[in-house]
Amino acid sequence: MGQFFYQLVASLGAAVNANVQGLGRVCTFMLSFFYWVVRPPFRLKLFFEQMYSIGYQSLFIIALAGAFTGMVMAFQMYFGFQLISVDSLVGPVVTLSLAKELAPVLTGLIVAGKAGSSMAAQIGTMKVTEQVDALEVMGINSHQYLAVPRIVAGTLALPMLSAIFLVVGNYGSYFIGTRALMIDEAIYLSKLSEFMFIEDIAHGLIKAFVFGFVIALIGTYFGFQVSKGAEGVGRGTNQAVVWGMITVLMLDYILTSFLVRIL
Amino acid sequence: MSEEIAIAVEDVTKKFGELVILNHLNFKIPANKITTILGFSGAGKSTLMKHILGLLKPTHGKVSVFGKDLGTLDEMELREFRRNFGMLFQYAALFDSKTALENVAFPLREFTKLKDSEIREKCKDLLLSVNIQEESFNKLPSELSGGMRKRVGLARGLALSPKIMLYDEPTTGLDPITTKMVNDLIVDTQNKYAERGMTTIIISHDVRATLEISDFVAFLDRGTIVEYSTVEEFRLSKNPLVQEFINL
Ligand SMILES: Nc1ncnc2c1ncn2[C@@H]1O[C@H](COP(=O)(O)OP(=O)(O)OP(=O)(O)O)[C@@H](O)[C@H]1O
Ligand SMILES: [Mg+2]
Repeated sequence: MGQFFYQLVASLGAAVNANVQGLGRVCTFMLSFFYWVVRPPFRLKLFFEQMYSIGYQSLFIIALAGAFTGMVMAFQMYFGFQLISVDSLVGPVVTLSLAKELAPVLTGLIVAGKAGSSMAAQIGTMKVTEQVDALEVMGINSHQYLAVPRIVAGTLALPMLSAIFLVVGNYGSYFIGTRALMIDEAIYLSKLSEFMFIEDIAHGLIKAFVFGFVIALIGTYFGFQVSKGAEGVGRGTNQAVVWGMITVLMLDYILTSFLVRIL
Repeated sequence: MSEEIAIAVEDVTKKFGELVILNHLNFKIPANKITTILGFSGAGKSTLMKHILGLLKPTHGKVSVFGKDLGTLDEMELREFRRNFGMLFQYAALFDSKTALENVAFPLREFTKLKDSEIREKCKDLLLSVNIQEESFNKLPSELSGGMRKRVGLARGLALSPKIMLYDEPTTGLDPITTKMVNDLIVDTQNKYAERGMTTIIISHDVRATLEISDFVAFLDRGTIVEYSTVEEFRLSKNPLVQEFINL
């Protein structure tokens, strides 16, 4: 029995230790980002390429996810609210949950799965095929060349995508609420303006901003962590998605408890 | 050897933690010659090369390139300094999202103020000089054969007119015909740029292919140079390790 507990504690300790070390490396990586992001050359072309691939290429899927989320939320809220005859509040409740939670979090999860993984795969592949070494040998800092544009673009693209999620989600909710659930259009809109504030939008956008930064940071970090072998790239990609998503969910809680106090 | 010295490695020791990879290493690479560094896998060849490029710092000792002690250069100066080097990686390491021409153009775009048309002209010349024909200029690396990729990689390495060309395992794992092609390429490059100075360093464990074209051979074993001589002397070396390696 004592032996068992000893082993349990030892393996728990080892796991914590490994993760703390990993966290330390991520922090070092983040510092390297802040060091290089403010130093020339500023490669705008790479930034725009990344905005295109993180932002523009995710537009459709984000809009689709937004529309269905808004629609299903309207349904769910309606059937609950109807019981206590407050179905006129469907609009603001859906919008508030979209603005503060669902838009940034779901956008974050989707982008972590889509862009975070492809960042890790791209950089990981470049690592194992010595393309990263080639950059360094030419005298180009690989973090500055590969990580900086991706992280900056990710940080800026996510709030935009989240805003699109929110707008499309609202249309979805409005559409279902007024066409399928027969809530009066005028009431729906007036309740919306009564209960929605700019702070709620800001709440969601701030979250999205942080999520974008973290997802891109983690995606590029695991790319650089990849070592020899093709299975290394697969593992790096996998870890980028898993940790990207988990970090989004954990940060969501932390940010929420913080933002509700200041906004 | 009384020639000009390109690279001087003086009493260099490199440890990774407790592990000693380079052990009081001393040797000088003459300028304008082809020098090969041979050694078994894990001997520390790549580590040595990274020291020459200033990508790793020695735990002890110093590395100088053309008389300049790399230890005295800061990060930015080192990056600047690395433009003296061109490098051909084992698998060419072409950027796989860029065409052959754009790969060669890359260092020129990053480090020169040349106009786009001038860069394209220069890239065309470089690619033609390594026998890549016009119809392949706009192909992606994935559409090129292994031999062609190496040639494009060489053209990219030569783009900034380096004084020192490094070749990492240039012939390892290649068929005899491609091996000959790569060897010819190395010698041609050496000769073509001989006038303005070109030092070639080859890192390899392919003895047969490299002995044919080298002027000098250094044999690296467990972090030290155990044999360093001209090719003729090297073949006749009494060192049992060297003999074992040659007759592999
Ligand atoms: N960054 C590092 N940290 C720890 N150990 C390292 C590091 N880089 C290399 N080594 C170790 O140093 C030793 C020599 O490695 P190196 O890559 O220089 O050998 P090599 O001669 O190039 O071999 P190969 O022919 O296989 O490429 C190896 O045992 C390797 O594990
Ligand atoms: Mg090696």
